[in-house]
Amino acid sequence: MNRGVRVTQTSTETKEAPAAPPRLLDNRQLRIAAGLVVVVGAAVALMYLFGGQPSGLLTQSLITGVLLGGVYALVSLGLTLIFGVLGIVNFAQGAMLTMSMYIVFFLATEWGLNLYLAAALTVPVMFGFGWLVQSTVLNRVMGDSTHERPLLVTLGLSLLIINVLLMVFGGRPVSVASPVEGSINVIGALVDVPRLIAFGGALAVAVALTLILRKTTLGLAIRAVAANDVGASLVGVNVKRIYAMTFGVGATCVAVAGGLMVSFTSLVPSAGEQFTTLAFVIVVLGGLGSIPGALVGGLFIGLVQTVGSLYLPGSGSLLLVFGIFLLVLFLRPQGLFGAKS
Amino acid sequence: MSILKLEGLSKSFGGLRALRDVTVEIPEREFFGIIGPNGAGKTTLFSVIAGQLGPTSGRVVFDGQDITGWSADKVAGAGLVRTFQLMRPFESMTVLDNVSIASHRRFRSTAKSRDHAAEVIERVGLSQYLNKMSGTLPTAGLKRLELARALALEPKILLLDEVLAGLVPTERAPIIDLLRDIHRDGVTVMFVEHIMAAVMALSERLLVMHEGAELTLGVPEDVVQDPRVVEAYLGEDF
Repeated sequence: MNRGVRVTQTSTETKEAPAAPPRLLDNRQLRIAAGLVVVVGAAVALMYLFGGQPSGLLTQSLITGVLLGGVYALVSLGLTLIFGVLGIVNFAQGAMLTMSMYIVFFLATEWGLNLYLAAALTVPVMFGFGWLVQSTVLNRVMGDSTHERPLLVTLGLSLLIINVLLMVFGGRPVSVASPVEGSINVIGALVDVPRLIAFGGALAVAVALTLILRKTTLGLAIRAVAANDVGASLVGVNVKRIYAMTFGVGATCVAVAGGLMVSFTSLVPSAGEQFTTLAFVIVVLGGLGSIPGALVGGLFIGLVQTVGSLYLPGSGSLLLVFGIFLLVLFLRPQGLFGAKS
Repeated sequence: MSILKLEGLSKSFGGLRALRDVTVEIPEREFFGIIGPNGAGKTTLFSVIAGQLGPTSGRVVFDGQDITGWSADKVAGAGLVRTFQLMRPFESMTVLDNVSIASHRRFRSTAKSRDHAAEVIERVGLSQYLNKMSGTLPTAGLKRLELARALALEPKILLLDEVLAGLVPTERAPIIDLLRDIHRDGVTVMFVEHIMAAVMALSERLLVMHEGAELTLGVPEDVVQDPRVVEAYLGEDF
């Protein structure tokens, strides 16, 4: 049987030059990003001029905010990826972050490993954990367009992780010292080196994730499943396997985030909980399922939180975060980078 | 030798019996048409064969292998590929990427699967859209894309669900030529269609379905003379 491909031009249309391959951001997204930069830039300029804060303090807050935002973005990337591909709202994202930090803590204190080596080892462990959760539990309760069951499973998973951590490690705060200490001067602000490393790591993971999604066949399959799971299965993509891989990648994001931030976190079993809420805000703000949205949203919320705390001390800055969140929901419910539905 | 054997396929949705005991044998390289009124079970039949739905009872034997209960991707990978009446492109991806996913099932290397995808895209006449987002294609282009994705899997048998629906007559002719061409290359084709001119021109045998069951099966010229077919589907004026 001849199944070779013969070349038959059946179309009568004239040939044009092939269009350029798609870019990371389309024009609309670039405009939104540019708009956001202008708004944030203007707000920052106003604060320097009329904010009533010493400019050194303001610079310090801005830099800290951006660095914090990088870590937020990383946690949110995993969340937005899992939502975009599986349609699952992963309530266990924060608990998985805590879990990664405890694994790093365990490896660093019990095995005496270097913090960053321990963090690197945590990555495959968490990928395996995410893969296992999806393929053994979540894959069974998905389908039939019910969102409640997977949602309840991730909520249960979150409680399970937190309580197992409490059982094993106790509720006393612990910490891991970073092998790199000290701080350096970044345009007038003092920055802890571990925080700088965390920010760099977050950016590196974001770039790697984007490249995987754009350039590899796995990424192609993940995007296909996200776009249309039935269509993907028709062209021979094992959808459940892609689901498991995606959940694993989502868990990998928190593993990297956990490993990079554990040295400046007071670690208790509930440490990750605030990140679940913040990551939700960021993901909805950026647009559900949008990777640039999670990045920009993360940086933005990081900035709002630290700069806001100059004016509203304590947890008052969270008030500002949720205020902005509500405003975005009113004005642009699909999120900054979300497609209009 | 028959490439596809359906043995007593039935499918019920609660109390609704969408398929009733469908038994058909398709020889290799046949061009096999299926017609019937809306709700006759044609699409359900395709879904059961292609693994989107499990049958309530009965067996699907493809190329000598019992594939009943296989997942859709496994069936597609084995060379039994279906297309959908409502096209399902990956809209935010380029035409090349859309087809590359399918080729990848055949070629493990990314570069090879892209080359193969490009060849298939040229074959269905979509080369000028290679790097365009598939969501921007016109209907006729989407139909070609759906065919390209199916062909990239190098199918032994193609199940085409109303591939001509939504096209104007001038757009149909090149697609029909393309189907003939695919068939000539050795692919067995099973197709559901409402455009009777195309059904008559293409089918070697024709199955008429009614209320989930076979009404009649035979050579198209005989089938359309059958008074039961005229009454159930074609109408007196045909």
